[in-house]
Amino acid sequence: MAKYVLEFEKPILEIEEKISEMRSMSDQLDIGPEIEVLEQKVERLRKSVYEQLTRWQRVQLARHPDRPYTLDYIAMICDDFFEMHGDRSFGDDKAIVGGLAQINGRKLVLIGQQKGRDTNERKVRNFGMPNPEGYRKALRLMKLAERFSLPVVTLIDTPGAYPGIEAEERGQAESIARNLFEMARLKTPIVNVVIGEGASGGALGIGMGDTLLMLENTWFSVISPESCSSILWKSWDYKEQAAEALRLTAGDLVEMGIADGIIPEPIGGAHRLPKEAADFLKTALIQALDQLTQQPIPQLLRQRRDRYAAIGVFNDAAVA
Amino acid sequence: MPWWSRNRKNLDESQNQQREMPDGLWTKCPSCETVIYKSELEENLYTCPKCDHHFRIGSNHYIDLLTDPETFDETHAQLTSTDPLEFVDEDSYQVKLRKATKRTGLSDAMRTGLGQVEGKRVSLAIMDFSFIGGSMGSVVGEKFCRAVDDAIRERVPFICITASGGARMMEAAISLMQMAKTSTRLTLLADERIPYIVILTDPTTGGVTASYAMLGDVTLAEPRALIGFAGPRVIEQTIKRKLPEGFQRSEFQQEHGFVDHIVHRKELRKTLSRVLTLLPIPETAD
Repeated sequence: MAKYVLEFEKPILEIEEKISEMRSMSDQLDIGPEIEVLEQKVERLRKSVYEQLTRWQRVQLARHPDRPYTLDYIAMICDDFFEMHGDRSFGDDKAIVGGLAQINGRKLVLIGQQKGRDTNERKVRNFGMPNPEGYRKALRLMKLAERFSLPVVTLIDTPGAYPGIEAEERGQAESIARNLFEMARLKTPIVNVVIGEGASGGALGIGMGDTLLMLENTWFSVISPESCSSILWKSWDYKEQAAEALRLTAGDLVEMGIADGIIPEPIGGAHRLPKEAADFLKTALIQALDQLTQQPIPQLLRQRRDRYAAIGVFNDAAVA
Repeated sequence: MPWWSRNRKNLDESQNQQREMPDGLWTKCPSCETVIYKSELEENLYTCPKCDHHFRIGSNHYIDLLTDPETFDETHAQLTSTDPLEFVDEDSYQVKLRKATKRTGLSDAMRTGLGQVEGKRVSLAIMDFSFIGGSMGSVVGEKFCRAVDDAIRERVPFICITASGGARMMEAAISLMQMAKTSTRLTLLADERIPYIVILTDPTTGGVTASYAMLGDVTLAEPRALIGFAGPRVIEQTIKRKLPEGFQRSEFQQEHGFVDHIVHRKELRKTLSRVLTLLPIPETAD
């Protein structure tokens, strides 16, 4: 299968191909210094490209098909993970995975949205678009965590909750609303991390808690740039402008006071060096968990409520 | 001033004057096409006398419809939207806000207040679809929370009438987070054991449905109102199939277990009053 290359990755890839071509000839020719020059050049180029990514380019990176997904991270960061299935009411949604986990000795409940890697798995995972039973499974696991005083970690990566007939019949809206209500008062710490796409209510349905972190090349907003373009510009062609207008990157959300921190990715994105990306994620999770588990639960819940109460910008003439 | 140098903005706004109800003495029911005189429609609380089609009405009408005369005191009306992200598509958000305010006379898509329903005091939050599609941004989220606080402070039931296309795109992640903010505030109401009654009206979709609209202790809906998470067009584009008749309407939602009662607008006040009587507030929170 051909490697998936984004437009802005192409100049980098061209030099890399040239380097490997030269390497294959370096047995016969003495071109070591030339290779070294090119290697320095490619590193400089990569750095400059990735320092100046537009918002739309970050959206593309967040969706990169080689990007690590929830189960990839679980395999790389967990000492153990025991997956649990089903919402005990309708079925098992494979767009959300969850279960008991251990990270560096810390026991917790881990829940994440899961995309598929190949055509077949994409279908099974419904492209990471959960149905109501996915949100209800997540809630069941959160309640379990609460009962056994385990912190919850959620990994967010969805293009949205599934917009289908059956999803509506089974109460897509109710399942998300219920989760928001219960996450607001769950008596255990919750850490949310956007690892890819954070599209709207479908992402928020497992995305409330005490600390919100975002990987460097991810997005989180009320709508995807494409849908925003189609509604506000009445055309699919304004996705770059829509991405700019929505201010949907990790940096933007920290600036808005919604996200608490950015987890760095290796230069070139998480898909280039997944192991390194996983190490960054693991370090950030351990830090967040250790900080939150020290706090008494009533204080934690008060802070959680205050945190959401403070989000909003408006004129209040009576005060002003 | 010659016409070609006339202020462009004024021209646009004069062309954008729209009304909920068309001018003229009569109107046609969009459902059964019966010709209805305006006076008759008004008497019928904007429902079709022949087929019971419920016309969309504004927050003013719901206040008149539900509360006892002269008992409604509007609260938090001073809250207005700003443009925190300086959002611009074909128009700027600021221009859209100005136009919506001018056209509707409203300050945003929700009004709140304290009033009486057949002698029983309540806190009310009423959405208005005519203001940028009833979309939820910072102001809607904040007003909702303050109306919940009012209910808690006075220990009176909280009633919300929903009409919304969802979260307001022009406030992006901030409006998304209003779902979290409003749902969080409702946990305090629940802790206080104060009833929360939702009245779903046409249309209620998106982020509003996926937060406070689906969290009522008692949930009522007007007949044939569109209620759902995803809009019907989005679903059709996704599944590439026509949607069945009645899909996502109130009756569908009741059939699937998400609505307690479908109530004709003429019965709304009586029904609400019954629920308020049958669901008393305990004297203490626990």
